[in-house]
Amino acid sequence: MSKVWAWGALIFGVVYFMLPLIGMTEFSLSMRRGVYSFDAYAAVLADPQFQATFAYSVVMALATIIFGILLVVPTAYWVRLKMPEARPYVEFITLLPLVIPAIVVVFGYIRLYNTSSWLPLTGSVMGTNILLMFGYAMLSLPYMYRSIDTGLRTIDIATLTEAAMSLGAGWVTILARVILPNVLASVLSGAFLTFAIVIGEFTIAALLDRPAFGPYMQILGANRAYEPAALAVIAFGITWACMGLIGLVSRFSRYTQVKR
Amino acid sequence: MAFLEIENLQKTFGDLRVVRDFNLNVEQGEFISFLGPSGCGKTTTLRMVAGFETPTAGSIRIGGKDVVNVKPNQRNIGMVFQSYALFPNLTVAQNVTFGLKVAGRDKATIDTRLKEMLTMIGLPDLGERYPFQLSGGQQQRVALARALAPAPQVLLLDEPLSALDAQIRVSLRSEIRAIQQKLGITTVYVTHDQEEALSMSDRIVVMHRGIADQIGTPVEIYNHPATRFVANFVGTLNQIEATVADPERGVVEVAGQSLALERKLSHPKGASVALAFRPQALHMGKGEGEIPVRGRISEVQFLGAVIRLKVDVGEASISLDAFNRAGAELPVTGSELTLSIAPSDILVLGD
Amino acid sequence: MPGQTEAARRLELRWLGLLPFAVFSVLFLILPTLYIVIGAFQTPQGGFTFQNILDLNTPSIRSAYWVSIKVSFASALLGCLIGFAMAAAITIGGLPKRIREPLLTFSGVASNFAGVPLAFAFIATIGPAGLITLQLKSELGINLRAMGWNLLSTPGLVITYLFFQIPLMILIITPALDGLKKEWREAAAILGASGRQYWIMVGLPILFPSLLGTLALLFANAFGAVATAIALTGPSLNIAPILLYAQIRGDVLGNPHLGYALAFGMIVITGIANAIYIRLRARSERWLK
Ligand SMILES: Nc1ncnc2c1ncn2[C@@H]1O[C@H](COP(=O)(O)OP(=O)(O)O)[C@@H](O)[C@H]1O
Ligand SMILES: [Mg+2]
Repeated sequence: MSKVWAWGALIFGVVYFMLPLIGMTEFSLSMRRGVYSFDAYAAVLADPQFQATFAYSVVMALATIIFGILLVVPTAYWVRLKMPEARPYVEFITLLPLVIPAIVVVFGYIRLYNTSSWLPLTGSVMGTNILLMFGYAMLSLPYMYRSIDTGLRTIDIATLTEAAMSLGAGWVTILARVILPNVLASVLSGAFLTFAIVIGEFTIAALLDRPAFGPYMQILGANRAYEPAALAVIAFGITWACMGLIGLVSRFSRYTQVKR
Repeated sequence: MAFLEIENLQKTFGDLRVVRDFNLNVEQGEFISFLGPSGCGKTTTLRMVAGFETPTAGSIRIGGKDVVNVKPNQRNIGMVFQSYALFPNLTVAQNVTFGLKVAGRDKATIDTRLKEMLTMIGLPDLGERYPFQLSGGQQQRVALARALAPAPQVLLLDEPLSALDAQIRVSLRSEIRAIQQKLGITTVYVTHDQEEALSMSDRIVVMHRGIADQIGTPVEIYNHPATRFVANFVGTLNQIEATVADPERGVVEVAGQSLALERKLSHPKGASVALAFRPQALHMGKGEGEIPVRGRISEVQFLGAVIRLKVDVGEASISLDAFNRAGAELPVTGSELTLSIAPSDILVLGD
Repeated sequence: MPGQTEAARRLELRWLGLLPFAVFSVLFLILPTLYIVIGAFQTPQGGFTFQNILDLNTPSIRSAYWVSIKVSFASALLGCLIGFAMAAAITIGGLPKRIREPLLTFSGVASNFAGVPLAFAFIATIGPAGLITLQLKSELGINLRAMGWNLLSTPGLVITYLFFQIPLMILIITPALDGLKKEWREAAAILGASGRQYWIMVGLPILFPSLLGTLALLFANAFGAVATAIALTGPSLNIAPILLYAQIRGDVLGNPHLGYALAFGMIVITGIANAIYIRLRARSERWLK
């Protein structure tokens, strides 16, 4: 039957994807000679550097998510409600981070916001942290915007807004109490994706010289044998969890949301 | 021997019996409609003729040759889909000549045929357009030309007009029929729209739950429905329950009134039957040689050219249409009146 | 006229709603990029010049771009082919429906599993001491190393990049394959076409813009990837993003404006690839709407 090629393609793909996953798992368990052990994981988890950089990246991810929501939800809402003519432009800008390599943008950051510039963000630790967060927000903008905009499309924001306004709600109340809860699933999807991107991000953090998880992994990889494999397994687990949560959220919202 | 013969055709999907025992003979050049509600198995039957579904049992013969095991691309059949299904990457001309090209015809033949087809569907200048540049009606014309270009022995159309606006639907209806008659091509047309079926077909197959309930000309189907289902599905129908009083003389009783149908009834005395008749068969007042029926007006609907009345006769409610003549008074709700109907216009439906 | 000024003020207020987004994207996306682009055409004194662009034409920089383009193109092409075969297998290949959702979910995960950990996974598998390398040696007596295999090379980079290229292709092309209507295949069949003729005349031409567009997107995707390459090969491999990385850290080119030109070249290449993608996607959407 002609199904043979289909099975062939599928099996080829499955083998290609499984081998590195098996390889890294096996390697991460092989720190002790001759037997499988969790030594590599223990070593990684006990490393104060790991704890510090991981915590740093988690905090950065959360800050990025909060900033992203505060930036994107009102913007996407406003474009849909009041400025449909601005839509192509806004969409174009949100797609730019996929076109311009991140390394180029961060190059610009370093030159534009150095100590002698009008906005010397890289002059202080806090300033650099904020710059890094903006960089992450830029990186996740395409995903955040697409996700939230899709969510807004499924609800009738004009009617919701009018109804809320007729009850005396202001803009902040409308956004926080009416719009946000209605697009929560899409916001969460965008948030989990942002988390997956930010947690292991390397380029921007390394070039801004921040002690994030991505650069830590790279340094560890250059100096150790088994710990990097353990880190890869952990990172894969985090990515998987984020994607799983996205799937869960969208499935859940399918049942709770009323179709227009 | 008929040109297209379908015998004891059956199709089941799992436990679902979609086509039960379908028999039909279509003569060469005949236009046949499958008419029935959605889900009754029309498309499935058509797709078995096309070769996209394999019958669970039964045979399909075209020109005397059994085609059940012939692949769709060997059957020499033309088909028009509800969703047009034009190839979006090809121009109108390329779509229309697709069948000729895969058959390996020479360029001269293809060009002549293309001109012929585009002229036939009234779009001689649109050959270079892409489907997305055409209206729905134009697309369906092109789909018809594409199906007819290779000169198939049978043309199948599956609700080709359902996706179109009412106006285009009516005009395209007569165009399709005209083209079919000009080419004399054997055609099976699937629709759930009785008006379409009645106005276009040589014969209609009324389908119901996977069976052909009745096969007949539009006039036969409309005036002499064989089953309650056909009577109800085709046209508006009044039905009143009646009791047979005298089968020999054809007298029945309805709400205390005796009606003489002037024909023998096969039902025994005391049996309950349904009397069925079209709204337009009734008229107000008394008529020569007609049956008078008394009732009370319960509703008056003014529809412009026509006034539709609902009249209570005993327990039953029947509707009738009266023409709106200038100067005539509108009937008043609640008033009593006498209606008349010719005995031959009343159908007696058993169970 | 008072009515007009009122309307004008409304309009301004409307624009005000976009202010935060505008400020953010100007400050942290557009200005930084423009700074680089303008810098690429400036002398150290600030005058206009094409010299920086011309100076890119050194053997080392040329080879960096060239290797980058080769790696990106090879991984994009292979990613397209393999991804297409897999997507076709789960859509029109007649495989059990149960396979589809897990594969798409996995593709979502794998397409996001890039960067440093991905490099680790491949080092652990086909690196010098990796699982497969050792197994092949001890079980089958095949010495990959002796056969010239080296993960820290362009083929190694291509194989590694495929881990996110293939799933990305699957995610993008599956909807396009779903968009091939059953009726087109049936219409072609009833008109006498064989399966092959259908694919050559209808199926593939309809998919072509999507395929080519995705190829461009995958190319840009690989071209801008820095982390995987650095974690895999260290800062030594001479490809454009690594060279730029080294330039940003320590001005290895000895000329900041040459660095801007290097970055500008990357924008141009990814920009062209993305423009191709967007154009072709618009074309296939016009057909399929
Ligand atoms: N491939 C299939 N698998 C299972 N059930 C089907 C399939 N095709 C049609 N059916 C079922 O068969 C019945 C008749 O379908 P169809 O022939 O399309 O009806 P119609 O065209 O008269 O509306 C419907 O209940 C439909 O759900
Ligand atoms: Mg149907």
